[in-house]
Amino acid sequence: MTAVDVHAVRDITAHPKGLAARRFKDSAFIIWGIVATVIGLGTLVALVTELVNDGGHRLTSAFFLSFPSSDPAIAGILSAWVGSILVIITTALFAIPIGILAGIYLEEYAPKNPITSAIEIAVNNLAGVPSILFGLMAVGIFVQFLGNPVRYFSFLPEGFRVAAADLFGQSVLTAGITLSLLILPVVIVATREAVRGVPQEIRHAALAVGATKWQATQHHTLPYALPGVVTGVIIGISRALGETAPLIMIGGLTFVAFLPITSPGDAAFEVIGAVDEYGAPVTPDATERIRVDNDGVVVLPDFTEMPVQAGQTYELPHGSTVQSVATWGDAVASWSPSNWLGQEFTVMPIQMFNWTSRPQAEFLEIAAAAGLVLLFITLLLNGSAIYLRYRLRKSIKW
Amino acid sequence: MERDFTKRKLRWREGIIEGLLFAAAAVAILIVLAIIYVVVSESTKFFAQVSAIEFLTSTTWTPLFDNPQYGIAPLLTGTFMSTLVALSVAVPLGLLVAIYLSEFAGNRTRETLKPTLELLAAVPTVVYGYFALLFLTPLLQGLLRPIGIELPSLNLLSAGIVMGLMIIPYIASLSEDAMRAVPRSMREGSYAMGATRLETAFRVVVPAAVSGVVGAVILGMSRAIGETMIVMVAGGTQPQMVSTPTQGGATVTAFIAQVALGDLPFGTLEYNSIFAAGLALLALTLLFNLIAFWLQRRYREAY
Repeated sequence: MTAVDVHAVRDITAHPKGLAARRFKDSAFIIWGIVATVIGLGTLVALVTELVNDGGHRLTSAFFLSFPSSDPAIAGILSAWVGSILVIITTALFAIPIGILAGIYLEEYAPKNPITSAIEIAVNNLAGVPSILFGLMAVGIFVQFLGNPVRYFSFLPEGFRVAAADLFGQSVLTAGITLSLLILPVVIVATREAVRGVPQEIRHAALAVGATKWQATQHHTLPYALPGVVTGVIIGISRALGETAPLIMIGGLTFVAFLPITSPGDAAFEVIGAVDEYGAPVTPDATERIRVDNDGVVVLPDFTEMPVQAGQTYELPHGSTVQSVATWGDAVASWSPSNWLGQEFTVMPIQMFNWTSRPQAEFLEIAAAAGLVLLFITLLLNGSAIYLRYRLRKSIKW
Repeated sequence: MERDFTKRKLRWREGIIEGLLFAAAAVAILIVLAIIYVVVSESTKFFAQVSAIEFLTSTTWTPLFDNPQYGIAPLLTGTFMSTLVALSVAVPLGLLVAIYLSEFAGNRTRETLKPTLELLAAVPTVVYGYFALLFLTPLLQGLLRPIGIELPSLNLLSAGIVMGLMIIPYIASLSEDAMRAVPRSMREGSYAMGATRLETAFRVVVPAAVSGVVGAVILGMSRAIGETMIVMVAGGTQPQMVSTPTQGGATVTAFIAQVALGDLPFGTLEYNSIFAAGLALLALTLLFNLIAFWLQRRYREAY
């Protein structure tokens, strides 16, 4: 038995070599983590500050109550916020029921089969599809196909064709459906998670006293899942509200000086000589409409302006001629609230984009003001969703 | 008799309801099919007039010129450059935030910071575009001028950076979820061996959560590839081969939106070029989704 060299044995109670340095790295990392977090939060602060500095002073009541104009000093967001509200209502009407029902189906009813997995793959992939592709799809289906019933389904009865032509095309309905398809995955996933969170015992208790599957779902599972569902719906709506690209695709107009519940553009002008891009005469159709400013000025597509006079003809840049058949005053009188779904529109983000892309600095001010309104609403919606989720996690303990 | 009747009625009702629920769920498949159908069928009309070889190999994209050229490469370089910039901002920052929140921050701090950071993803992208154009670009111009770089007012650098800031929450939030799903016992094991928190984070937690982290990064990446408004407002709309981020250039998405804003009639070759560009975008997105799926399978650690 050899003697152990006590000096060679490491004292395990002593700090190992380099521990101080390793501990230091530990704390240094916390600083890096905080720096990264602060950069993120700082972005939000910088964003708000920039918008307030640039456009805060333009947030007057006149700004909310005026139509856009070629004069930035008097331009406002009336048509934009009304358009946004109408589009969002339409979006909600489609996205909420379809999303909730689809979520319930996938969580409570769906059998394990290839169709179900196809649906699940579709939902998961849709969440990652760029929004502009939804816009391309909408151009093909809602604007071109359903919007041109005469060309594409002449075999259907007259009334149906008129209805389709009135409703689709570059309309509020098209925009609403497109955005609802875009946010559908958000609503579906939120519904599924909320429904999954309701314990089995609740369902079993209902079924045990004789409820059918739907009765159990409707009266017991769904009410418990509701706060989670609402959170998802709010987040989806807020996303739809800020979405620009797909609406640009379907032709959410960048210069709209009327509310979607009136239709001055249609009433004020009649196409008397439409030509196609090569100068050949074609049958006049709705694409030749031009719009009237709120102070009675025609804004031609190349942004030049002319005062409206009854009977006057205007030549459009690519050669079509249009004639005004009424003055602005007559046009405004032609309210068509019943067909707001089929009207052309603009929305807040498109209005902001339009002003951002103008060269004059005054337009940038109102762009910032519009951005501020938009930011305030989306942050408010998301804030309330976060609060709801927080309350939910605190209040329910299964 | 009466009981039988209601039972049958109920069964009827249940059947109808189940049918309705299924129809709602099937909408998801219809949307996917509709997107693929429209993009592919309109692109087919495009490729009937322009050869696929020119589309893939030409380095000039000038559909609106008298002598049009249809090479997708310039648009792709624009998309890749802005995405690269975005990822080099968002991946380090997002992962730092995720590791900090999951391994170092207290419960309360995490519960407050995480949702607040998620607001970054909720800001409308057109607002981000404004921010990039009128806040970041002038700032960067001032910073880069002393070192001899003249930054044009439309450039992919500031568009990419702002896009990166936008996708931080995607990367941070999902990575943090993945890290928190790593069982406590693995951390305890590491601490028991004398590792510090940082060593545990990087050598135990991150490797264990890698499939979730990769998924998060790829999700952020597809957001960046598909983002339209930021690059359109701040990145430029002139399609050109991009080699440095300080250049301006159109991305695939910006080009599509740009054409839609103009008054080109539907059905013309020029207009159809946006569907071909959309097809490229769709293919790109699907490719990354597949890669994410494959990576997650390959590196999934089950507990």
